[in-house]
Amino acid sequence: MLSPADPHLTTPPPAAATKARRSPVCHAAGLTLAAIARVLSGASVRWISSQPDTCQRVYFSNHTSHLDALLIWSSLPRAVRELTRPVAAKDYWSRGAVRRWLAEKVFDALLIDRTDIKVHQSPVDLMLREIGDTKSLIVFPEGSRSVNGEIGDFKSGLYYLAKKRPELELVPVHVDNLNRVLPRGEFLPVPMLSCITFGPPLWLEQQEAKLDFLARARRAVMTLKES
Amino acid sequence: MNDPRTLALIVGVLALLTIVTAVGQFLRRHPDRGLDPAAVRTFNSRIRGWWIMCTVLAAAFWLGTTATVVLFGLVSFWALREFITLTPTRLGDHRALFWVFFAFTPAHYVLVGYDRYDIFSVFLPLYGTLFVLARVAIAGDSKRFLERTAKIQAGLMVCVYCLSFAAALLQLPVATPTTAETPLPGTANFRLLFFLILLVQFADCMQYVWSRMLGRRLVAASVSSNRTWEGLLGSVVSTSLLASALWWAAPPYQPWQAALAGCVVSLMGFAGGMTMSAIKRDRGVTDYGTLVTGHGGVLDRIDSTCFAAPVFYHITLLVAEAAGR
Repeated sequence: MLSPADPHLTTPPPAAATKARRSPVCHAAGLTLAAIARVLSGASVRWISSQPDTCQRVYFSNHTSHLDALLIWSSLPRAVRELTRPVAAKDYWSRGAVRRWLAEKVFDALLIDRTDIKVHQSPVDLMLREIGDTKSLIVFPEGSRSVNGEIGDFKSGLYYLAKKRPELELVPVHVDNLNRVLPRGEFLPVPMLSCITFGPPLWLEQQEAKLDFLARARRAVMTLKES
Repeated sequence: MNDPRTLALIVGVLALLTIVTAVGQFLRRHPDRGLDPAAVRTFNSRIRGWWIMCTVLAAAFWLGTTATVVLFGLVSFWALREFITLTPTRLGDHRALFWVFFAFTPAHYVLVGYDRYDIFSVFLPLYGTLFVLARVAIAGDSKRFLERTAKIQAGLMVCVYCLSFAAALLQLPVATPTTAETPLPGTANFRLLFFLILLVQFADCMQYVWSRMLGRRLVAASVSSNRTWEGLLGSVVSTSLLASALWWAAPPYQPWQAALAGCVVSLMGFAGGMTMSAIKRDRGVTDYGTLVTGHGGVLDRIDSTCFAAPVFYHITLLVAEAAGR
């Protein structure tokens, strides 16, 4: 297992990279939306054998609702939140001016084209290029929202992220009950209480096969549900 | 708030809280008294919860009737979300739940705030029920239809309808028996509400204490493992005694009427506690949430109040009528 003793993590990031290019309006909108989402979903946040940290991480979570990314993002401490970019589907988030503004300006989301994946322009390369050596990511390895609340099989992107940047901390996140707050196909939220659990980071083991790693990552998310 | 009875009540409650806090801290510092440290911790966290409850209530009282009704509305809202979160619902219930949360609950409290007893007393039982039935039917999912609608109705009834009677006490026309001191019109009603909450909390507490001291026979072992017949009896007797001793604080009451109210309040509080235990047991959880430390969820704190409030409201109505005659 790799220890996070990488030079990127110890040296302070260059000031230019951390300074968000977001305007104060977008910044305020982000804070407001995060607060509204927190109140509406009554989210309690738990860190199990894990601590918030500004080191480079990939938060990977089960996907049940459009609110997932917003809730995970807003449940991170502010300093960490500034450095964390949600990964979202371009076909959904670039439709309409409001969504595009939210995704690009407010949440600084990284939009991935799900329909047009090319070999020389793979989403994983794009993500790695965009995060540089300071930013963290929120990803949903299932690819799309589950209908019945079960956690589906993980797509291989997480494995390639870990393989190309083995020092990144992969933090499992479990989102509970948000599918009842805003289920697939609904646009009015019901304010039920939800819970977001962060687990201990994991890394790709030496010689670990792709399917084994993906199954292990999925299990890491599932165990957070019971704990 | 400058009439002597309100002042006496506030000072009395503050003194009582200070004493129990001192006792709790003393027990914590001296673990060698042969008491169960877990029980001492529970006791202390309960006291902390009472301080919070008192502070919030005092703030609402100070801000006035509207603020208090809004406060109770928010508590209902939170309790309902705890209730529904624990209740398994299906996708077909989603739209009905949205309107229940954002239309029916606020509308009910608006009616309470405007003192429309004629409408708010039937609004949720009648129109709430009809709406939930029809909306779930229109959503097109007929699986376990009656079971699902009954769950939503039960939540609305307990968390919103019943609790709102506590807030409605503030609007109750109370005939003051002595006209000489002429208290401010609102203060008497605030004291009534405080009287109710004090009795409910005291009854809860006494039930626990008597169960610990004398408890032999469980009421229903499969529902609650700490509610005994001895605890219930002890709580009814001690709450009646406290109520009759405090009759001067609740405007239209005579001592014997206050004792009767105390008896009914502790019986209803017991009923509320048992009901919520049954729901929690069925869902396999110990408490509803984690808002106030050590107090479980909001619903765990207010279950007895929910059941006691409507009965206390109606008893007060009758007593006030009898006094005015």
